[in-house]
Amino acid sequence: MQEAKDLREYREHVREALANDFQRQALDNFAVAYPQGRENAFHGMDSKSLIDEVARIKDYGIAHLEELLEEFTQNAEAAGVHVHLALTAHQANELIARIAKENNCRKIVKSKSMTAEETLLNHHLEKYGLEVTETDLGEWIIQLRREGPSHMVMPAIHLSRSQVADLFTKVTNKPQDADIEKLVKVARRELRQKYVEADMGISGANFAIAESGTIGIITNEGNARLVTTLPRVHVALIGLEKLTATLNDALKILRVLPRNATGQIITSYVTWITGANECQSAPDQKKIIHIIFLDNGRRTLAKDPSFHEVLRCVRCGACANVCPIYRMVGGHEYGHIYIGAIGLILTYFFHGKDKARNLLQNCLNCQCCKDICAAGIDLPRIIKEVYAEIQDEEGHAALDTTVARVLKNRKLFHGMLRAAKFAQKPMADEAGYIRHLPHFLSKDHGFRALPALAGKPFRDQWSDIKDKLHVDNPRFRVALFSGCVQDFVYPEQIIAAINAIKGRGVELDYPMDQLCCGLPVQMMGEFASAREAARQNVNALDPAKFDYILTMCASCASHLKYTYPRLVGKGPGAVKVQQFSDRVIDFSSFMENVLNVAAEQYAGNGEKVTYHVPCHLARGMNVKDEPHKLIQKAGYEFIPLNEERVCCGFGGSYSMKFPEISREILEKKLQNIANTGASILATDCPGCIMQMRGGLEKLGSKIKVKHTAELIAESRK
Amino acid sequence: MAAMHEMIDIFKQRAEGVSAKILEVDSLKRAFEYTVDLCVNKEACQLLVSGCEEMLSEKAEDLCDLKVSGKIIAAPGLSDQLFDQFEQIAEKSGIDLIKSGLRKQVAGIDIGFTIATGGIAETGSIVLDSSSEDVRLATMLSEIHVAVVRKSSIRPNSFDFEKDMKEMMRSAPNYLAFITGASRTADIERVLALGVHGPLELHVILWEDKE
Repeated sequence: MQEAKDLREYREHVREALANDFQRQALDNFAVAYPQGRENAFHGMDSKSLIDEVARIKDYGIAHLEELLEEFTQNAEAAGVHVHLALTAHQANELIARIAKENNCRKIVKSKSMTAEETLLNHHLEKYGLEVTETDLGEWIIQLRREGPSHMVMPAIHLSRSQVADLFTKVTNKPQDADIEKLVKVARRELRQKYVEADMGISGANFAIAESGTIGIITNEGNARLVTTLPRVHVALIGLEKLTATLNDALKILRVLPRNATGQIITSYVTWITGANECQSAPDQKKIIHIIFLDNGRRTLAKDPSFHEVLRCVRCGACANVCPIYRMVGGHEYGHIYIGAIGLILTYFFHGKDKARNLLQNCLNCQCCKDICAAGIDLPRIIKEVYAEIQDEEGHAALDTTVARVLKNRKLFHGMLRAAKFAQKPMADEAGYIRHLPHFLSKDHGFRALPALAGKPFRDQWSDIKDKLHVDNPRFRVALFSGCVQDFVYPEQIIAAINAIKGRGVELDYPMDQLCCGLPVQMMGEFASAREAARQNVNALDPAKFDYILTMCASCASHLKYTYPRLVGKGPGAVKVQQFSDRVIDFSSFMENVLNVAAEQYAGNGEKVTYHVPCHLARGMNVKDEPHKLIQKAGYEFIPLNEERVCCGFGGSYSMKFPEISREILEKKLQNIANTGASILATDCPGCIMQMRGGLEKLGSKIKVKHTAELIAESRK
Repeated sequence: MAAMHEMIDIFKQRAEGVSAKILEVDSLKRAFEYTVDLCVNKEACQLLVSGCEEMLSEKAEDLCDLKVSGKIIAAPGLSDQLFDQFEQIAEKSGIDLIKSGLRKQVAGIDIGFTIATGGIAETGSIVLDSSSEDVRLATMLSEIHVAVVRKSSIRPNSFDFEKDMKEMMRSAPNYLAFITGASRTADIERVLALGVHGPLELHVILWEDKE
């Protein structure tokens, strides 16, 4: 449960989490095991289209909340259920306390419900003197420890068996061994006693099916089956977004949810409850059952054009499973109550901006969560937009605003970079690194060497280069988009791409009015500047004049291709923006799929090369194995990199804001790289190159880091 | 028929994949015998109230004392005729067969025996109408759940049960379950442990229904 008052305090918490060796190891193991388990569970199925279907079903539900609620209520009430709508968390809690009082209930058993965590239900009921016992093993453990969940599906993943043994020793007043099998048995017996005593059961639900008034509950332990059977009263607290029109919808979601959550084809128990079922301990042998739908802002959210898809979430927790930051810091530092990428967002909507402000900045924009989401939610986009909303409300940080103003003003920005080149002179060394970081930066940022600005930016070299590139009757007309980093730090990467391409009938141009793609300012939540940069670039690189817009920076590429239409793709210029975006391509795809280069064209020297897949190439541009094929064609010995698609920890300004996390993610990456035994690491993003080259330099490693274009150019016959 | 066999194979493979034990029989009598044998053999290897061998708080320990000394199989869903047949077999081994009053057995029973509505091949699940409270309790309070599934009732996936499920839901109240393998948890260090609340084992008896 993250509640730091400011970024400084939050970073202190983060540093403590990074020093928690047990949690680090547990989450590391999980991060490696999860993707394989998920892949096995989806084996032979088209997971993307199943996810699209979930998105469609949830979108329908979000758009028809009121109707579905009405239909559900009618059907459930006809079957003997009391249905309520609680507008706020407080109202829901009060209602449940009242139901307990009216039915003379004292002891409550509860099965897992994130919605009840959202409303802090247990605390509320305890204030009324009610005894609440969580029965999901993980939830019981954290309840006994008085903490919140650190994962939505595995709430106690941060704890070791000996911590649980110590806890159970206190609870039972008998010594307990740190033996998982035995500890589970102890819980079985202790909790069985609680079921026997309880007069009320509280559950959540994964589905509320309007056409029949049925609720569906997914569990592995089977505790929900006991919670909804033994006590005479059953209360189900359900977020409104769990409403689906039909059983068919629920079955379709069920096909995806366990596979995506834990790599299970299905959970041990799926329970469908319709109406007031038999209950021998109830007065007329019928269960007293209350279903409470929680609004708590959901109905407003459902109508929000930018954010309604947040309600698609089925709480599978996968966005945490794949998040490189979650892997480092764990759930208590990566959410208030809801955890993971969706947690950052839901914290804002359900628990307010004060709880969300710090968390929302802790995102690398690596797109892993978007790629894995069971409901296809564009989580990284929403994280940035929600953060922008907070800034719009409270005023933007002065520095961010200045940077945003400068970046969108090309002449000013480029002029400043040129000035900086001279200013850095005393600090830069011959190898092109800045040797002495200013003192205030060196403590946190010293884990990698930072590059010095290039002697001559690419844009100043272009007029000399272009004279040698004339092509008669070109096959393709291609505009180069340099991006700031390659323009001012690594111009040699663009020059390498030119050398790799020239002589193949391609007419290259570098429109001088291009400027920063705008991604860095969007990352700061400066959307107005991001839109301005987009407009200027679309005008500078007129799609009518080019077949392709080629960029050697994966981050720029995915921003130009997929974010521009969203940023500026409305109104009269929409077609032009779409044409612009359609033409954007990355280097490897261009070489492989457009120029269809052949192995005979390359000499190759058999050097061992491994490849890091930039986030924005893998998930931003959806590039699969073009770079791998290209490297092999060019005559290198290709060695696969373990976890090649996991972020390097750069994330642009992220690594400046959270250097301690960036460093740890990089360290993992560099270990994997060293394990390959390769002498060259290739990749397609200057940001990744800056991060990994700087890290290897600090370690004194001999491994060279190159842009794929450099490798290909060097190997040409 | 080939398709049917294939589907049953998938069912078996998926169910075994989540640690369910599979047996094939050609009569219910055989299923009863198997269940009784299972109960008899179970006695030899461990204390019956699982968890009672552990160090428990005094309150939870009291529950262990509640447990009656004999072995119990609960078969709440059976017709009188089948129940009688089952009871005769159980009696010979000195095992109590009960069909109701499961609330008195909260401390735990040895085996819960059910006949499922169907089986789902894609997930290796059984579909069990649990509207009867005794069925719910028999399948949750027991240490072993033995479920009979008619081979002819196995269908490729959950959508093939959609129509039947909707009908059951329409005749509410209804309590329906997909059960796949034993009760499980991985909440401590992601280590799989079976039987956290419900059965430690699920045995699925595939019954070749000759009628």
